[in-house]
Amino acid sequence: MPPADPAQRPDPDALLARVQRDEARAQRGRLKIFFGAAPGVGKSYAMLEAARAQKAAGTDIVIGYVELHGRAETEALLEGLEILPPQRLEHRGIVLSEFDLDAALKRHPAVIVVDELAHSNHPGARHTKRWVDIEELLGAGVDVYTTVNVQHIESLNDVVAQITGVQVRETVPDKVFEAADEVELVDLPPDDLLQRLKEGKVYVEDKIRHALNSFFRKGNLIALRQLALRATADRVDSSMREYREQHAIENTWPAGERVLVCVGPDALSERLVRSARRLASALHAQWFAVYVETPQLVRLPKAARDRVLQTLKLAGTLGAETANLSGESVAREVLTFARQRNVSKIIAGKPSRSRWRDRLKPSLVDDIVRGSGDIDVYVITGEPGAETVAPPRTPSRSSDWRAYAKGASVVVVATLLCELLFGHVELTNLVMVYLLGTVFVATRFGRGPSVLAAVLSVALFDFLFVPPLYTFAVADAQYLITFAVMLVTALVISNLAALGKRQASVARQRERRTGELYGLSRELAQSRDLQELGAILCRHVLAGIDGEAAVLLPDDAGLLLDPTHFCARGVERGNLMRFPVPGNDLGIAQWAYDHRGKAGRGTDTLSSADAIYLPLNALQRCIGVLGLRPKDLRQLEIPEQMHLLESFVTQAAVAMERVQLAAAAQIADTQIASEKMRNVLLSSISHDFRTPLASIIGNASTLLDDASSTLGEERRRGLLVALLSEAQRLHRLVGNLLDLTRLTSGPVQLNKDWVALDELIGSVLNRLRDALAGREVSIDLPANLPLVRCDEVLVEQVLFNLVENAQKHTPAGTAIHIAVKAWPALFEVSVSDRGRGLPAGDEQRVFEKFHRGHAEAAQSGFGLGLTICRTIIEAHGGMISARNLSDGGAEFRFSLPRQRDEAP
Amino acid sequence: MAAHTKVLVIEDDPQIQRFLAAALESHNYAPEFAGDGNEGLRLATLHQPDIVILDLGLPDISGLDVIVRLRKWYTRPILVLSARSQEADKVGALDLGADDYLTKPFGVPELLARLRVAERHVALRGGADEQAQVQIGKLTIDLAARRVQLDGADVHLTPLEFKLLSTLVRHRGKVITHRQLLREVWGAAHVESPQYLRIYMRALREKIEPVPAQPRYLLTEVGVGYRLVEALDDR
Repeated sequence: MPPADPAQRPDPDALLARVQRDEARAQRGRLKIFFGAAPGVGKSYAMLEAARAQKAAGTDIVIGYVELHGRAETEALLEGLEILPPQRLEHRGIVLSEFDLDAALKRHPAVIVVDELAHSNHPGARHTKRWVDIEELLGAGVDVYTTVNVQHIESLNDVVAQITGVQVRETVPDKVFEAADEVELVDLPPDDLLQRLKEGKVYVEDKIRHALNSFFRKGNLIALRQLALRATADRVDSSMREYREQHAIENTWPAGERVLVCVGPDALSERLVRSARRLASALHAQWFAVYVETPQLVRLPKAARDRVLQTLKLAGTLGAETANLSGESVAREVLTFARQRNVSKIIAGKPSRSRWRDRLKPSLVDDIVRGSGDIDVYVITGEPGAETVAPPRTPSRSSDWRAYAKGASVVVVATLLCELLFGHVELTNLVMVYLLGTVFVATRFGRGPSVLAAVLSVALFDFLFVPPLYTFAVADAQYLITFAVMLVTALVISNLAALGKRQASVARQRERRTGELYGLSRELAQSRDLQELGAILCRHVLAGIDGEAAVLLPDDAGLLLDPTHFCARGVERGNLMRFPVPGNDLGIAQWAYDHRGKAGRGTDTLSSADAIYLPLNALQRCIGVLGLRPKDLRQLEIPEQMHLLESFVTQAAVAMERVQLAAAAQIADTQIASEKMRNVLLSSISHDFRTPLASIIGNASTLLDDASSTLGEERRRGLLVALLSEAQRLHRLVGNLLDLTRLTSGPVQLNKDWVALDELIGSVLNRLRDALAGREVSIDLPANLPLVRCDEVLVEQVLFNLVENAQKHTPAGTAIHIAVKAWPALFEVSVSDRGRGLPAGDEQRVFEKFHRGHAEAAQSGFGLGLTICRTIIEAHGGMISARNLSDGGAEFRFSLPRQRDEAP
Repeated sequence: MAAHTKVLVIEDDPQIQRFLAAALESHNYAPEFAGDGNEGLRLATLHQPDIVILDLGLPDISGLDVIVRLRKWYTRPILVLSARSQEADKVGALDLGADDYLTKPFGVPELLARLRVAERHVALRGGADEQAQVQIGKLTIDLAARRVQLDGADVHLTPLEFKLLSTLVRHRGKVITHRQLLREVWGAAHVESPQYLRIYMRALREKIEPVPAQPRYLLTEVGVGYRLVEALDDR
């Protein structure tokens, strides 16, 4: 393996990668983890203190979910912070409260506090795990504060179980912990923690004794604390590394480490995998978990094989790339794979066997160590009685001359045997002994040695046993036939044996290819970005072929772009490499793209180039071109290698096409949705307009009719009143529709000012005075209600719509109650009525467009009023909700955030 | 009634012209109609109307321009018609010198009430001293004696509160924008501090309104300003 080029200055590509990473990170929210050794060390407390500090510094911070466990001092910290109401999930008749992800996304604060990263969500939540919720929040650009204990970290899970004897089921993948931007260790000496526990500050009374006896033993706590400190230290180390990288402090940058772990069908393997994971993450290395299936292992019981699959799956979830190889020798296959993938460290289990067995048969570890060369081998202790991998047969992987020597020595052994038999048996039987030797050589050492053995056998037979003895002369010409048959038979046998061997090797090759293709397709399936897919393809191609690779994608006009403009690097051996495409070569690539055929080196087209260009042909079109410039051009001449390369390209092309089609489908979906929306709108409008229009036309034409003079004055007036009220209704409908169009056609323009909510309520009641006649309207206002900064006109409209709704949907004469509450962070306004309430399950849907409460046409509008309310309130950063009151009637409640620069 | 009040209506929609003609003529006004801004300005100079009713959305020039050009010489009331959700335009028109506004669509009684207020203000401006004592419902305000009574009982106002109330009294029946009130009560330096106004208005309502949260005297015109009613309506 050539050493990586030591960079004195920061490698420009590495810097670029860092900038891109920083950019991605800037768009993503930042994750801060408050990390502790055990429950009760004060993580939540520290987190809430940090939250308060942020709040004081003016950050828009919201409490998403905090588990208080009845801890009063923690609860006190919540005061003054905005708290998202938890989501209520009903599960088998029990109402559970859960962090409300949708509300949090909608609220979209700068920072959100969500306790207990490892929590498993109750059934009915969007994700099964809270850490997935948090991932989504981060993806939406919201910073998250959270807490986690050391025993919840996946790779430490088994260690903790060993220490405490308690298996924790709620775990968090290490990648979440590692991807955190900041980890703050909340530390408390075990004695203090125990003290706190006894004082009842951690758990309530009845749980304390149980906790003291099981989990909270001092020994446990010391060990857990050590683990937590170490995990934090590892992270500090990684941030230091990044700093050094940034400032080019490191002179000898170690080439990208790669760790391989050998997995076997025994119980030890799971521990091996976790150890490998810890090592790999400490080194920031890519890692592989490999299982080699030898002929003996194929005969293993199904349970053992299932365990292997289980272990490989665990490795996969811990971030490993897994491979299932087949071969005669575990050690040899492992080492071959390791060399192919430039693995720098191999982890194997130490078999606990007695010394004499080791003498007789070298263990797997011995074989690996012997053949490892420059690869480091780490040996992990096994548990007593747990055998590692069944010891494989160990045909020495000897060099050629040694095989020939061994072949020759087999002939010598055969000769000695013949010497013993000579005189006792017929000479033809001695021939059989030699043939047996040749067959043995052919099966073990291959074709060359067996040919040598065949020739040697004939010669020795002639020299030693065929009269005249000790000369090559032959007395009886019959022996010539014997020699000929002997030679031909030996050669045929050796050929057949060698063929069998080659077939086995081909089968192994195929297995490896399938494994690599699987690895590629798995990675491809995880990505949704065209350029990232290109990078993945390059990386996999370069794993097999040493050289440079790039994916060239076309612009809109179908002209390939120079790859330096986007993802032009294949990552190999920890180095980033740029793939230069000279103008000439770009033309070749373009040809490959246009003709959907391969071009360049080793093809029929433009073969003078030093790179090969393979079109990424998908089902419907060509996506782009893969350019590959191998260091050694002969690599392209191996048929298997080319097959593999073409399979890679096809897979990547299909994946890229999938991404493109998915994007197109999404656009189409949006269009369909808006089309549907338009249709609903049109049908709704035509219905709602027609009703008042019919009445207007009817009334007006009656009044214009010649016979109208016969109508009494009272009836004429009745018709006119109807005319007026229908026109006013039509006016309201149009107004709502216009408002909604205005509010939803783009970002809502808020004309904010300091506003007195009591004034708005007064204005609304004044506007609705006639409609509200005969009703008791009670208003609950706090004394000295502070002014709120909002758009006066829009918020008045919200109030108007809510009060008007209450009036329209409840029987005449029933009471309406309006209340305002001023909380530290927000104002809350509620409008409640004494009607029959909302239909069950409609509490959320009432805010949707064109939703009507009860299907009654007479007093319904468009079902737009509440949608308008929601749009306005959300534009203000507030929330609006509806619920049925326990003692009858509906309540609509909205909040408006309070500003910091509070008015007098 | 002596002479008919001359009203110039600058409005481009013929249907609205027709309905205004019917409403105004039947209530002893003498309406005249202009279909666009320039025509309106021409007719105003020609006929010197007593009141101008001006639609803000005109085909040729903006209604706000018409106000600016009219106000260079025309001192009598201008009543503005505008659509809803154009609060900024209403405030603009009022600050430029319009006297009051009506939101389309409106009913005839509303229009007539606004016209009456405008006429009364013309009469006051042209005539003798302002009325020293004003009676609205159970509220009595004696501007000269600086005394306010509600239902016969004295109401104690701070000097600023009284200044605010007296300003509203002088413009009673008409809407006054926040800026106008701030300028008249606090001075030109404070026109951008509406929070003072809100707080004082609340204090004032606490003292003179029977139910401060449902005011009957001091009405809020959301997004525009305040209006002190001329007379309590007894609906």
